[in-house]
Amino acid sequence: MSAISDQVYVRVLPTEPLPPPAADAGIIGWLRANLFSVVGNVVLTLICLAVIALVVPPLVRFFVIDAVWSGSSREACLASVEQPHPGACWAFVRVWFSYFIYGFYPLGERWRVDLFFLALAFGVVWLCRLSAPRRGIGAIYFFVVLPMLSYVLLHGAPLIGLKIVPTSLWGGMLVTVVVATIGIVVSLPLGILLALGRRSGLPVVKVAAVGFIEFVRGVPVITVLFMASVMLPLFVPERLAPDKLVRALIGVALFASAYMAEVVRGGLAAVPRGQYEAASALGLTWWRLMALVILPQALRVTLPNIVNTFIGLFKDTTLVFVVGIFDFLRTIEVARADPSWAAPNVAVTGYVFAALFYFACCYGMSRYARTVETRLARGRR
Amino acid sequence: MQEGSGSSSAAMPGAEVAVEIAGLDKWYGDFHVLRDVNLKVARGERIVICGPSGGGKSTLLRCINRLEDWQRGRIVVDGLELTDDPKRILVVRRDVGMVFQQFNLFPHLTVLENCTLAPIWVRHMPKRDAEALAMNYLARVKIPEQAHKYPARLSGGQQQRVAIARALCMNPNIMLFDEPTSALDPEMVKEVLDTMVALAADGITMLVVSHEMGFARQVADRVILMAEGQIVEINAPKNFFDHPQHERTRAFLKQIIH
Repeated sequence: MSAISDQVYVRVLPTEPLPPPAADAGIIGWLRANLFSVVGNVVLTLICLAVIALVVPPLVRFFVIDAVWSGSSREACLASVEQPHPGACWAFVRVWFSYFIYGFYPLGERWRVDLFFLALAFGVVWLCRLSAPRRGIGAIYFFVVLPMLSYVLLHGAPLIGLKIVPTSLWGGMLVTVVVATIGIVVSLPLGILLALGRRSGLPVVKVAAVGFIEFVRGVPVITVLFMASVMLPLFVPERLAPDKLVRALIGVALFASAYMAEVVRGGLAAVPRGQYEAASALGLTWWRLMALVILPQALRVTLPNIVNTFIGLFKDTTLVFVVGIFDFLRTIEVARADPSWAAPNVAVTGYVFAALFYFACCYGMSRYARTVETRLARGRR
Repeated sequence: MQEGSGSSSAAMPGAEVAVEIAGLDKWYGDFHVLRDVNLKVARGERIVICGPSGGGKSTLLRCINRLEDWQRGRIVVDGLELTDDPKRILVVRRDVGMVFQQFNLFPHLTVLENCTLAPIWVRHMPKRDAEALAMNYLARVKIPEQAHKYPARLSGGQQQRVAIARALCMNPNIMLFDEPTSALDPEMVKEVLDTMVALAADGITMLVVSHEMGFARQVADRVILMAEGQIVEINAPKNFFDHPQHERTRAFLKQIIH
């Protein structure tokens, strides 16, 4: 009996925490844990180091050390006695730079494009900075003021002395930014409406939404662009037929909307039934239930997919060249084909420059989405 | 809240009818889930519905605010018959609060926003008034200090009390509780039941689907046993537990009381 009472034990003082083991802390600990933990990881680490050593120095040499930074024609970038192995031809990009940005937009009017870029950047920052003040007004600015301002600036308004610049003269980054922005701004709300339509209980709405989504998703984006630019004029009288760029814009926006609708539908399906029931039980109407309870949750879940679609859309804008519009990539194509710049490294440099631009834009969107996700996750935990 | 009639009339069935269910039949496909259910609930009455799972308790409750529809029979809530008319359904839902087994708080809104959502958007109450009202009810369920947290940071018991406060913010005449303590850890059941007991003392009409027999004994005016989609027995709690009339009731009570 006494053996049992001997086993009674009551702790009187809490044990102090011990410091972490030395091998797990500091740089050495990190290296050991992440790069050299087991034989397999040691091998992989060494292979990676070898690949980096093999690839990075030649790239730096080509694009930075041996690169040609100035010059006014192909001669600057050709191999010569002074430069036996010429690298990237940045001189080409410098000379053509304003064409890449404005296309054939008249020289004297280019300040209007600059002003548009500024107004757009201001709106994007106002709307996207999570800590920015009065984001409601920011939204009004972005969705109401900015489109009108942009139209007046870019297209022109003779009444206030701005010459009309036909869209056939627009080009380069300007066109890419306009097409991508309109595609993004239109596709999200339209996609949400289509997704809601697809889940609607009204057969007419449902069939229309499903039909639209499946049809647009079932054809390549190039086909949609061709249809928008070739078929649209068949249905509208010629003098009312919209401008070529507008037609392409409609095509891109509709195409992106169909994809967005499917992305949003996935988000809607992820919201538990109980949320619909709780919101209905409180007496919310269908629209309020959607806007206040379901969509905020659905869009949160699906934010990575939405941004993914935006990124895809941004790169798909390069396809507008098939209907004869000079987007950013197309201007580089045109410039590199210029005989006065026919040098072996010009094409590579032009495409790398294009890649850098698209990467910067897409990576920016991706980073922004990450920030928002982390912030949302922090708010809810 | 409830005015006039209060708790004094609560024990007098037939004074004024809050919910009337007549000849209700419902099928899920071939499955006859509700069979000729008839029930009159007086204003201020507290009813506890129990019975084996799959017996149609929750379904019946969810018909009262038309989260479920039915094929035959009628339900009249506060003198208003529930039809297919969406406007009428909304009117009834504004008057009937519901608390769910899984709480169903809105995870993207703070506790306070959960409570003010419906007053602001359904009752069109100014935000300031709605917040004062919500704080009042959060104090009544004893968690005003959690108002600015998100639901995920609360314990199950606290979440369920928020859900009760959220329903009360609409000043409902009738409260429906669908197994409000079934998803809770044992140590949190009491805090939720205490809240419901306090609510019952205020004289609001309550229909509670629950297996908390202690609660039923303490609070209910009538206890109902539902099985196979039918009401098997309706009785005063004392008789229900001590002298059950129906064989099915005796079998059920034997199952849950050891």
